Amino acid sequence: MALLEIKNLHGGIRDLEILKGIDLSINEGEVHAIMGPNGSGKSTLSKVLSGHEEYAPTSGEVIYKGQDLLDMTPEDRAKEGVFLAFQYPVEIPGVSNAYFLRTAINERRVYDGKEEMSAGDFLRHMRAKMKLVDMDEALANRPVNEDFSGGEKKRNEIFHMAVLEPTLSILDETDSGLDIDALKVVSYGINQQRSEKNAMIVITHYQRLLDYVVPDFVHVMFEGRIVKSGTKELALELEERGYDWIREETTAAG
Amino acid sequence: MDSVEQLAEQEYKWGFTTDIETDTIPRGLTEETVRIISAKKNEPEFMLEWRLKAYKHWLTLKNPEWAYLDYPPIDYQDIIYYAAPSNTPLYNSLDEVDPELLETYEKLGIPLEEQKMLAGVAVDAVFDSVSVATTFREELKKQGIIFSSFSEAAQEHPDLIEKYLGSVVPYRDNFFAALNAAVFSDGSFVYIPPGVRCPMELSTYFRINAVDTGQFERTLIVADEGAYVSYLEGCTAPMRDKNQLHAAVVELVAHKDAQIKYSTVQNWYPGDKEGKGGIYNFVTKRGLCEGQNSKISWTQVETGSAITWKYPSCILKGDRSIGEFYSVALTNNHQVADTGTKMIHVGKDTKSTIVSKGISAGVGQNIYRGLVNVLKKADGARNYTQCDSMLIGDRCGAHTFPYIDVSNSTANVEHEASTARISEDQLFYCKTRGISTEDAISMIINGFCKEVFQELPMEFAVEAKKLLGISLEGSVG
Repeated sequence: MALLEIKNLHGGIRDLEILKGIDLSINEGEVHAIMGPNGSGKSTLSKVLSGHEEYAPTSGEVIYKGQDLLDMTPEDRAKEGVFLAFQYPVEIPGVSNAYFLRTAINERRVYDGKEEMSAGDFLRHMRAKMKLVDMDEALANRPVNEDFSGGEKKRNEIFHMAVLEPTLSILDETDSGLDIDALKVVSYGINQQRSEKNAMIVITHYQRLLDYVVPDFVHVMFEGRIVKSGTKELALELEERGYDWIREETTAAG
Repeated sequence: MDSVEQLAEQEYKWGFTTDIETDTIPRGLTEETVRIISAKKNEPEFMLEWRLKAYKHWLTLKNPEWAYLDYPPIDYQDIIYYAAPSNTPLYNSLDEVDPELLETYEKLGIPLEEQKMLAGVAVDAVFDSVSVATTFREELKKQGIIFSSFSEAAQEHPDLIEKYLGSVVPYRDNFFAALNAAVFSDGSFVYIPPGVRCPMELSTYFRINAVDTGQFERTLIVADEGAYVSYLEGCTAPMRDKNQLHAAVVELVAHKDAQIKYSTVQNWYPGDKEGKGGIYNFVTKRGLCEGQNSKISWTQVETGSAITWKYPSCILKGDRSIGEFYSVALTNNHQVADTGTKMIHVGKDTKSTIVSKGISAGVGQNIYRGLVNVLKKADGARNYTQCDSMLIGDRCGAHTFPYIDVSNSTANVEHEASTARISEDQLFYCKTRGISTEDAISMIINGFCKEVFQELPMEFAVEAKKLLGISLEGSVG
């Protein structure tokens, strides 16, 4: 059984339907890139999957680890291993990254019926992950995203992901706003976490990120549907030809 | 924000009463009442005279109305001004203490037994206006430290009481200070001799219990030259329908090179969700930095009471003396807190720091009212004020009234202020990491208050954490 099975998913924000029938199946060990022009519904999909209150599914289903994902609260989805890396990470003044992550880890451990992690064990865990994604210790002790640069915020998302060890990560335009050096660091952090046991959905506008984080599958979203799927070559083709030909193909077919 | 409101609507957990016989005097306030109280306490003559002067002065005053508070007029003739638990000798061991009283403390999570063992905290428990249990006094005595109830001190150390009583907060100071001076029932007295560093945190737990009994506590702490003391005051009250008046006075005197750290966690019954009941808390707290290089720090966490009217202040008289005020005030439902501080710079190179954090939820109103006053001769005076407000929901309010009065051109006065709101974006971000709304709010509020919590002694920080329903930060990293 697939890790994540999305079947004919419809939904959007308030009365506006943005997703118009998404079908997608993701197995453990796979990285799926979702590309598409602005307004095609990529970010809406990430918000519906992570459970944002304002983005309600209207029909269809999402089965994650054999469970109805849409029926779960956002925090339970997280505790079941779903992670969303934000396009615009949120600042939480006064709360250190380390404290924030320890709280998150322990909520999950309690949910799993495990004992909470001690301060010492957490510190060791955090340091190991810091190394893994090449994160500066100073950032770990600063308040969550407060006064971070754009690049630091994105790196911090990848650091959160490393510490929380999710099964399914949704990376929403993690590459946006990054210069080439920052992009390399972030990509390195993502690649370090690829394994046979987890899966990733990488949402992006540009091929650029996919040079570094090479996907197993590439999907193109257009007007709320996945209109084309392929391998990494599809991303290259999009880079070369833009989205217009997809638009034409889709319109002609419809 | 349903879940936010749910958290905000947590019921007051510590509403219960204890059946203990009380020895009360008739309702109302006359000269006779003052005489009875003084007689019951077996006070020296100078105390009675002082009380009577205060009473006569009080008669000329009016209930102050300048604060941002709205409450029905208080009938001062409908209050019982004195109540003492019956048979109240001072016990040497816990075995002698009324078990029901101990049970009350256990319900509060502060059993004396545990307190004794905990980090060397000495406990002077004020229960219905009279001290019924005092511990650790022998050990303190060896170092010349006096830690006793006010009534005892009046008899055993009348010279000290006569010298310092009313020296920082005179009975003429304000309406409630005059009232307190006339009728105060008991409280604590601390004297630290020159050069002595008090080896433990001194602590008093207040509890209001008898029906319709006003609480008029008086605390006097004197740190002689080079002395140091940290004093903790904490309180909770049982659930009551009728408003209860509390008008305490706290006076601190720090001589040359002395330091006093005074921490409060206040959690009196705040009233129900409709604003019914709850404690009226009118407190006058003031410290005098009498000598050079002396220092007084006020730290308060105010989560209880229907009405809070309280401005712990410092008079920085000694050159290079330092005053600090760290405050967290949380108002929920119909609670109103009008609180802040006054820093009066008199001496040269005096320094003051004010950090105020107001959190408002429900229809609660939080008011910061502060005065920084630099007098003519206070060359080189410095003040830093930071005043932050946090709003939860959209029906509450935060107000700031900072007064700055500078008469010396070498002064340096800074004021920073901010207002924040817990956003849905922040809560969603936390949820995607597996952190529930309730825990996220606690975490964010704890982060907001961090600068104040880190000023609290550890065991008090734990209590503050409990009161705000938050987890303790700083245990990692």
